[in-house]
Amino acid sequence: MSLNPYEIAKDFPILSRTIRDGKKLVYLDSGATSQKPNVVIEAESNFYRMHNAAAHRGAHQLAEEATDALENARAIVAEFLNAEVDEVVFTKSATESLNLISYAMGNAEPGNRFHLKAGDSIVVSEMEHHANLIPWQQLAARTGATLKWFEVTAEGRLDLSSIDSMIDATTKVVALTHQSNVLGTINPLTEIVKRAHNVGAVVVLDACQSVPHMKVDVKSLGIDFLAFSGHKTVGPTGVGIFWGRAELLKDLPPFLTGGSMIENVTMTSATWAGAPRKFEAGVPNMAQAVGLGAAFTYLNKVGMENIHAHEVSLTALLLNEIQDIPEVKIVGPLDMNLRGGTVSFTVGEIHPHDLGQYLDSQGIAVRTGHHCAWPLTRKLGVPATTRASLYLYNTPEEIHALVSGIRDAQKYFG
Amino acid sequence: MMQLDNLYQEVILDHYKNPQNKKLVLEYDAQVHHINPSCGDEITLNVSLDGQSIRNISWDGVGCSISQASVSILTDLLIGKTMEQAQEISDSFMHLMQSKGTEKGDENVLEDAVALAGVSQYPARIKCALLGWMAFKDASVQALAKK
Ligand SMILES: Cc1ncc(COP(=O)(O)O)c(C=O)c1O
Repeated sequence: MSLNPYEIAKDFPILSRTIRDGKKLVYLDSGATSQKPNVVIEAESNFYRMHNAAAHRGAHQLAEEATDALENARAIVAEFLNAEVDEVVFTKSATESLNLISYAMGNAEPGNRFHLKAGDSIVVSEMEHHANLIPWQQLAARTGATLKWFEVTAEGRLDLSSIDSMIDATTKVVALTHQSNVLGTINPLTEIVKRAHNVGAVVVLDACQSVPHMKVDVKSLGIDFLAFSGHKTVGPTGVGIFWGRAELLKDLPPFLTGGSMIENVTMTSATWAGAPRKFEAGVPNMAQAVGLGAAFTYLNKVGMENIHAHEVSLTALLLNEIQDIPEVKIVGPLDMNLRGGTVSFTVGEIHPHDLGQYLDSQGIAVRTGHHCAWPLTRKLGVPATTRASLYLYNTPEEIHALVSGIRDAQKYFG
Repeated sequence: MMQLDNLYQEVILDHYKNPQNKKLVLEYDAQVHHINPSCGDEITLNVSLDGQSIRNISWDGVGCSISQASVSILTDLLIGKTMEQAQEISDSFMHLMQSKGTEKGDENVLEDAVALAGVSQYPARIKCALLGWMAFKDASVQALAKK
């Protein structure tokens, strides 16, 4: 079975609106945030309309329904990731999830397996989004641990030639993006996970750009922790996922403290509930979690394999057509081997901001700038790029529109 | 295309292609380096004063047509003016940028800078147009403090 993007697009009401004097919207910015199908919008608003109450609190029917709805969403997410239900923690975003784990590690006392000190190291890569870089920089600064990073090659791949010296006996954490939000590169994990586990380090995966686009099975990847945002995966804003292996969550101290994450409280002390509750202080973002459950149900129905195959074929088309323009320089892999549907590029001397503005005048939405990965764009020697990021509702016509829009922009600024 | 032409006036594209005073003069009273963190545009700007008047402004940087043209126009406008005049012009430019497309700008005060009026309709681009002006403000305060 394959996927018909024209039929899919009908599920997303925003895709039928017009932009700037009646231009049809061509949305190529799903890497920043995806659009939402009706089923998600309805699930979220229906929660408010019919079931709203504070989950896990209260003795009334609505509280029961809210709890059921929240826990049902958790079960859907767990199944989607091939995880255990109690391993799935609702946060507000990937950013919060990555801060959760880095702050939680910073809270670990000596003797705890997550305790970090001078002499330990944290390994990241040059292609990290700021959300998977700065929390680790900060943790290193607070604990005295050393931050190390894999470099990125000119082709936009991780340079793993130094893996054995990069990940060594001092390494406690390897935090890596699954798919680069700038390059589209999908990082090979097998060797990295094996090496990390050999030296006793945990692997934290930033799956923001992979979970929405391909089958991500936490068990078969063998990773230890994972983070992503609901809003990039056709779900609502304000909900993210933090996943960790059960035995690790047991030892990981909490980050935020407060209501409902406790087992027992006195005036001077508290003990913690088990996961996931330990990491979900306060009344949760129930409506958004329910919306995320609906998002995964929707994606499951379409089929993650179909979505991935569709994106691979559109990306191949885009790479092929865009390279007919001599001034275009692609920042990232040129072949489809371990590559997703994010394509960043420059066009001669046209500044990305100007190109983006021109494309916007044609109804085409792209992202411009450093894409929250400033060290990466600096390394690659481009102050900024233009990025097209594709998803299940994009069509070959939209690829043609982008490429001809770029040609028109060249004439406009030429 | 109407709306876009409003943004990219001929004057702007001319300044972008032929930026004025885009070569750092080594003699200066103050040098600043400003960054637009949302898009990565950067500028280094030197100011030298002659008493209360602006002897020279020179700059270098990378950025979009709006940010580059705006600095270029600024240097043409402000070199040779007194600090007081520069203040008046800057205030008028700030005001224009905040006008959301409702004003055309006073050509007697702003000269070529009125071509940037269209920017005020694009909230995301106002920061681009202001990059050089903020750098100048910072540099001139530092240069005055030194004297
Ligand atoms: C790879 C990657 N990591 C982390 C994030 C942060 O996600 P959010 O801003 O939703 O927390 C993003 C999205 O911008 C991303 O693309």
